[in-house]
Amino acid sequence: MNDARLPSDVHDPAPGKETSATGIWRHRLALFRDSDLWQSFIASRLVMAAAILTALLIGAAFLAPVIAPHDPYDLKSLELIDADKPPAWEEGGEARFLLGTDDQGRDILSTIMYGTRASLTIGLCSVLLAVAIGLSLGLWAGYAGGRIDAAIMRVADVQLTFPAILTALLIDGVALAIFKRYTLEGGKFWILVMAIGLSYWVQYARTVRGVTLVERDKEYVQAARLIGIRPVKIMFQHILPNVMGPVLVLATINLALAIITEATLSFLGVGLSPTEPSLGTMIQVGNKYLFSGSWWMVAFPGLTLALLAVAVNLLGDWLRDALNPKLR
Amino acid sequence: MAAADAAPNRQDTMLAFAIRRLFEALMVMLAVALIAFALFRYVGDPVNQMVGQDATLEDRAELRRHLGLDDPVIVQFGRFITHAVRFDFGISYQLKQPVTGMIAERFPATFELALAAALFAVALGIPMGVYTGIYRDNWLSKVFLTVSLIGISLPTFLIGILLIYLFAVKLGWFSSFGRGEVITVGFWRTGLLTASGLKALVLPAITLGLFQMTLITRLVRAEMLEVLRTDYIKFARARGLSDRAINFGHALRNTLVPVITIIGLQLGLIIAFAIITESVFQWPGMGLMFIQAVQNADIPVMAAYLLLVAFLFVLINLIVDLIYVRIDPRIRIYGKGSQR
Repeated sequence: MNDARLPSDVHDPAPGKETSATGIWRHRLALFRDSDLWQSFIASRLVMAAAILTALLIGAAFLAPVIAPHDPYDLKSLELIDADKPPAWEEGGEARFLLGTDDQGRDILSTIMYGTRASLTIGLCSVLLAVAIGLSLGLWAGYAGGRIDAAIMRVADVQLTFPAILTALLIDGVALAIFKRYTLEGGKFWILVMAIGLSYWVQYARTVRGVTLVERDKEYVQAARLIGIRPVKIMFQHILPNVMGPVLVLATINLALAIITEATLSFLGVGLSPTEPSLGTMIQVGNKYLFSGSWWMVAFPGLTLALLAVAVNLLGDWLRDALNPKLR
Repeated sequence: MAAADAAPNRQDTMLAFAIRRLFEALMVMLAVALIAFALFRYVGDPVNQMVGQDATLEDRAELRRHLGLDDPVIVQFGRFITHAVRFDFGISYQLKQPVTGMIAERFPATFELALAAALFAVALGIPMGVYTGIYRDNWLSKVFLTVSLIGISLPTFLIGILLIYLFAVKLGWFSSFGRGEVITVGFWRTGLLTASGLKALVLPAITLGLFQMTLITRLVRAEMLEVLRTDYIKFARARGLSDRAINFGHALRNTLVPVITIIGLQLGLIIAFAIITESVFQWPGMGLMFIQAVQNADIPVMAAYLLLVAFLFVLINLIVDLIYVRIDPRIRIYGKGSQR
């Protein structure tokens, strides 16, 4: 892509320095605009809506300390008299709490922003962990072959027979039991990341292994091996770029799954503690007040979670279709 | 056996395949047992959990010897396994009851819930799949597919909460809490024979079965679309068979092999998701027991649940594997004599 040329460059033998620099950029932009990825992106309004929604949610989550009207972590600002207020447009609602307050007087809108940040961070970290494990094991299995391959893939097969959510729950439960005595600050965050990451690595390993098996016997890999490049370098520098497309697709779909898994575990009371807002813990707390009619405590975080999961899922589906040449 | 050696037939390869799968299943169970044992032995001191604060050192040492905690680890592991095989999982730290009794008490609840969910999924999923497969562009098909999209993308616990809010809080049609009235038949406590028990079952069963229903709908639809394109269906039409005979007698029948497999494998998923559903509806089954055990670090209950669920999964996978080979002769069993 670096030496891509504008068609006009060919006709004009002596382009100025300045024009060629902007020209290359303009050309790259044009290339991007003509690419199948972009074309399929603007062709579907649904995908565009999903992308805008995802961007909005991510923006609101990570800018929460700046734009949120209240700080749910600031215990001093909480007043019990503000507790259990309905949304602003309902009777008894107040304009300062647009979406109402929870049982401790925290503003729902602000808590959702902070909660989405926690959910997204856990989701991203656990997907990164799953990718790291899956990529490494997949490359190793595919490149080494033989017994190592058989052993790794056997473990993957066995893990695949158990649903990922169950594996995550079991790892989470065991880790909580082990670390009960050392409840460090933020310890539950890492337990969640570990539990979810360790439950979703199998798909990456299988995909990466498949591609590696094919690439391993190609000439460029043999050449690299002949001139004495170390296997680790061959795997990560030469074979790895060939698997990044499918891995990216998997990772996007996986992000939605990871967010849902985190919410589920937190809802079940084995994830984050209720004092650290995430979408799951908010729904867990709100669920207790459903029968007293305080629907807003569970409705808004629930809606946010559903929108986030559906939007990210749609993006993942689109990426899969757009990057798969067979479906064109 | 000499004759069989000379000409290995399908029965023999089938047997070899079954034995190998059985061996693998045993290895998996052994690995899970090792994890459960390690959990039991090294996480949290069993002695501390059993005696009170004021127990003397001699009491503790006596209890250690009595429990056999001074024996070599391998002996303890062996004892753990022999106990587990006899369904003896020790005493719950939290409730001070034998774990086996707790499981026996809660198993019927989970079983009835899972059965109702599976029935709901199959009874609705297959007709919806057939309908959307035959009438692709019909508006009703689009409604079905949209519903199934929601079922796939919404998390189970949110669906449960939504149903509770609509049908229990707002409309008051169904109960949202517990099993209702139960009747004891022998050792089995069933909620299927009372009106309140059946009413309590509706919402949890829908919550648990919705995902499976959408999955079956989409699978049957995809298979129907594929089968309806084949030559033998075209030929059947040319012969003037009625639509009904073609759609159900030929098309649906040929979609059933993958559908049965998926339903079999989904049984495991239903058990996994029962944990969530039971938690939402406070359904007194094994899933709720497990979640409470995790929250309280009740290791014997956790270990028992781990072993039971692993056993169930291994069993389901084994059976599905074997049935699959049995009903679809095109599937090759690799190994000796598979060229045949």
